Amino acid sequence: MSELSSDPGSTPTASASFESWGRYPTYSAKIIPINWQNDFPGVIAGVHDGALPVGMGRSYGDVCLLKDGNLLLTTGMNRLLNFDSETGVLTAEAGATLAQILDFSVPRGFFLPVSPGTKYVTLGGAIANDIHGKNHHVAGAFGSHVTEFELVRSDGTRKICSPTENLDYYAATIGGLGLTGVITWAKLRMKPIVSRMIDYEGIQFHGIDEFLDLTKQSEKIEYTVSWIDCASTGKNFARGVFMQGDHSKVPAELKQSPEPKLVFPFDAPGFALNHTTVSMFNTAFFHKQVKPRVTALQDYEPFFYPLDKVLHWNRLYGRNGLLQFQYAIPWESAREGTIAILKEVAKSGLASFLAVLKAFGDVPSPGMMSFPQPGITLALDFPIKADKSFPLFERLADMTRDFGGKLYPAKDAAMTAAQFQAFYPQWEQFARYRDPLLTSSFWERVTGDRPTL
Amino acid sequence: MSTSPASTTALQTSTGPQKILVLGATSGIAEATCRIWAKQGARLFLVARNGDKLAAVAADLKTRGASYVDTAVADLDDTTQHPTLLAHAINSLTGMDVAYLAHGVLGEQPQAEQDFGHAAQILHTNFIAPVSLLTWLANYCVQRHAGVLAVISSVAGDRGRKSNYLYGSSKAGLSAFLGGLRNRVDREGVTVLTIKPGPVKTAMTAGMKGSEKFADVDKVAQTIVAAIDKRRDSLYVPFQWQPIMFIIRNIPESIFKKLNL
Ligand SMILES: Cc1cc2nc3c(=O)[nH]c(=O)nc-3n(C[C@H](O)[C@H](O)[C@H](O)COP(=O)(O)OP(=O)(O)OC[C@H]3O[C@@H](n4cnc5c(N)ncnc54)[C@H](O)[C@@H]3O)c2cc1C
Repeated sequence: MSELSSDPGSTPTASASFESWGRYPTYSAKIIPINWQNDFPGVIAGVHDGALPVGMGRSYGDVCLLKDGNLLLTTGMNRLLNFDSETGVLTAEAGATLAQILDFSVPRGFFLPVSPGTKYVTLGGAIANDIHGKNHHVAGAFGSHVTEFELVRSDGTRKICSPTENLDYYAATIGGLGLTGVITWAKLRMKPIVSRMIDYEGIQFHGIDEFLDLTKQSEKIEYTVSWIDCASTGKNFARGVFMQGDHSKVPAELKQSPEPKLVFPFDAPGFALNHTTVSMFNTAFFHKQVKPRVTALQDYEPFFYPLDKVLHWNRLYGRNGLLQFQYAIPWESAREGTIAILKEVAKSGLASFLAVLKAFGDVPSPGMMSFPQPGITLALDFPIKADKSFPLFERLADMTRDFGGKLYPAKDAAMTAAQFQAFYPQWEQFARYRDPLLTSSFWERVTGDRPTL
Repeated sequence: MSTSPASTTALQTSTGPQKILVLGATSGIAEATCRIWAKQGARLFLVARNGDKLAAVAADLKTRGASYVDTAVADLDDTTQHPTLLAHAINSLTGMDVAYLAHGVLGEQPQAEQDFGHAAQILHTNFIAPVSLLTWLANYCVQRHAGVLAVISSVAGDRGRKSNYLYGSSKAGLSAFLGGLRNRVDREGVTVLTIKPGPVKTAMTAGMKGSEKFADVDKVAQTIVAAIDKRRDSLYVPFQWQPIMFIIRNIPESIFKKLNL
C-alpha cells in the first residue's frame, strides 16, 4: 500500500522525461525518486541495470544521464537540517537547490561561498561536479567549502566524509560525478553579507592581453568574469566585457528584491541562432555598455544569474540541443592556447552565443577529479549540428590537450575516451572508489566500461 | 463556499505564533504547507509513522524558523491511542489554533477488489481514523469556541470511478462527515475546512505518468494556508477542479457507467 501525498489513484510508472541541460544526448531511463535519506539503496533493491543519482539535470551533457538505467532523482530530498548563525555552517539534504538555500540564507545575512551561473542546481550536483564560480581566484571550487557530508553506498554502508574522516572518499566524491555513492546531506560553510547588492563594474576590453591586464588588476576583487565576442575577427578579435563585483559593504535590506539596476539583454532573443544573429547579438552586447567603464549597484540575482530569468533558455537552440565546450589551460600556455582556440572557433563559422572567459586561481580543491586548475578557462555554447560540431569539438579537445589543459565533464558530451584519460590520468585511481552499482553514460563513454551486474 | 465576515488577516486566537497540530506531517503536501508556517514562526506539533522521516521534517521546519517543533511517532490507524496522543500534542503546543489532517493512503484498487481486508484497511485509514481524531478535536474546539480543523479529502470523493473507487469512497465518506461536522460546529465558532486536491506534483509523485502536468505543491500549500487564514469551508486545489468536478458529478449514470475513468 503506497502512502498518499496527493491524489488520485494512478500508480507510479517509469517516465523517460529526464533531460540534461544541453538536451543532447537523449536517453530513456527509469526515474526513481530518492526523497529520504534512507531511501537508497532500499528503493533499488533487485535493480541490476545500473543507477545514477541526479539533481536538477543542469549539466550540459551526459554526466547526469544513464541510458536504459535508473536515475535516482534526489530533488525531493531537500530539507534544511541545521543552520548555525554563529559559524555560518548550513547542513542541508543534497537535493536542496542553491535557489532554495539562497531564499533561506540571504534574509539571514549569508551567501553561498561559491555559485555557478544558475541557481537551479542541487547541493549534491554542485559537489559531484565540484563547480566553480566567479570567485574561483580567491575562493577555489565548491568542494573547498563543504566541510562534511554523508555518502551512502549500494551495499548499505553509510560514511561520514570530511577532511578528517574517510578522507579518501571525501576526495573521491568531490568532483566524483555521482559515481561514488549517493550524497544524502552536506555541511556548507556560508559567507556573511550585509547587503544583497553587488558593487558592479563592467569594463570593455580589446583582445586577450587587455583581458589579462584586467585580471591582474582585479586580483583582490571577489567576483570576476568576462563575456567575450567570439564571432568577430580582425581588429575586434577577442573583444569583450570584463565584469567584476564585490558584495556591497553598505548595510542594506536583505529581504526585498529591488528592481535590477542593470538589465542584461538576454530576455528571449526571438531569433534563430546562427552566425549572423549571434554576431549581431555580440555586437549589441559589446556596445550595450556605451562607456568603456560603467559602475552600478546591482542586485545579486542579475549579477550571478542573468539567464535564470529566462527559464529553459536552452530551448532557444532548437530540437538538436546545445553543448558547451569548456577548457582550463594552465598559465604557461593559457594566452597562446586561448588565442589559438578562439581563432579555430572563428574559422569554423560555428557561432557561440555565449562565451565566458575567466581566470582560475591556485586555491586547491580537495577533489581528486576536480576540473578547475590555475590558468584560464573558456566556456563556449554551440548549437549541435552533427556534421560540423563534433569534428570541431574533437579538434578543440586535441588543441586543449596539446596546451596542457583539460575539459570539464559537466559541460561535455563529446570528448573521446583517449582524450578524457589524458585529461584525467588519475581516473584509474578514482575508479577504485566507484560504487559498483553506479555508472553514467558519461563514464561508460570515457572509460568503455559498463559494469555487468 | 463562504468566507467569514471577519477580516482576511491571519487567524490568531491568541497573540503570538499560531499553534498547529499536523497529522501525517511527512506527506508531500503537509510538508510544503508546514514550510510556510515555519517561515511565519509557528509552533508545530508533528505526527507521522516513520521516525527517521519525521526527524528530518522536524529539523527542516525548525531550521526554517518555526518557533517550536515537537513530534510524536504514531500509527494513526490505532484509534485507541488518539485521545492520549491529541491531549499530549495540545499540551505540548500549549493550546491549538489549527489541526491539519493530511494523512491517508492511496491503496491498491485491484487488490481491494479481490480482498476485502485491503478494502477495509483503506476505509479505516482514510475514513474511520479521521472520524476518531475529528470527534475528539471538534469537541476540544467547541469547548473553547475556537479553532480550525483543516482536512485533506480528495476530488476522488466527488464520484466513484472504477480506477480508484475504494480510495474515492473513503474520501466521499470523509467529505460527507466533514459537511455534517461543519453544520454542527460552525455556530460554536469552529471552522471545518474540506480540502480537495487534484493531482499534485510532490516528491512522491515524481516519475508518475503525466506528473509534469500535476499542480505545483508549493502553490497548493499557499492556497491551503490562505484558505485556513480566511476560515473557508471548502477548497478545490487547483481551483480548476471545481468546474471539472461539477461536470463529472453531473454526468448521467447511464453514460458514466460506460466511461473508462
Ligand atoms: C546556465 C548554467 C550555468 C552554469 N554555470 C556554471 C558555472 O559557472 N560553473 C560551473 O562549475 N558549472 C556551471 N554550470 C553547470 C552546473 O553547475 C553543474 O552541472 C551542476 O553540477 C548541476 O547540478 P545539478 O543539480 O543539476 O546536477 P545534475 O546535472 O543532475 O548532476 C550532476 C552530477 O552530480 C551527480 N549528483 C547529483 N546529485 C547527487 C547526489 N545526491 N549524490 C551524488 N552525486 C550526485 C550526478 O550523478 C551528476 O554526475 C552551469 C549550468 C547552467 C545550466
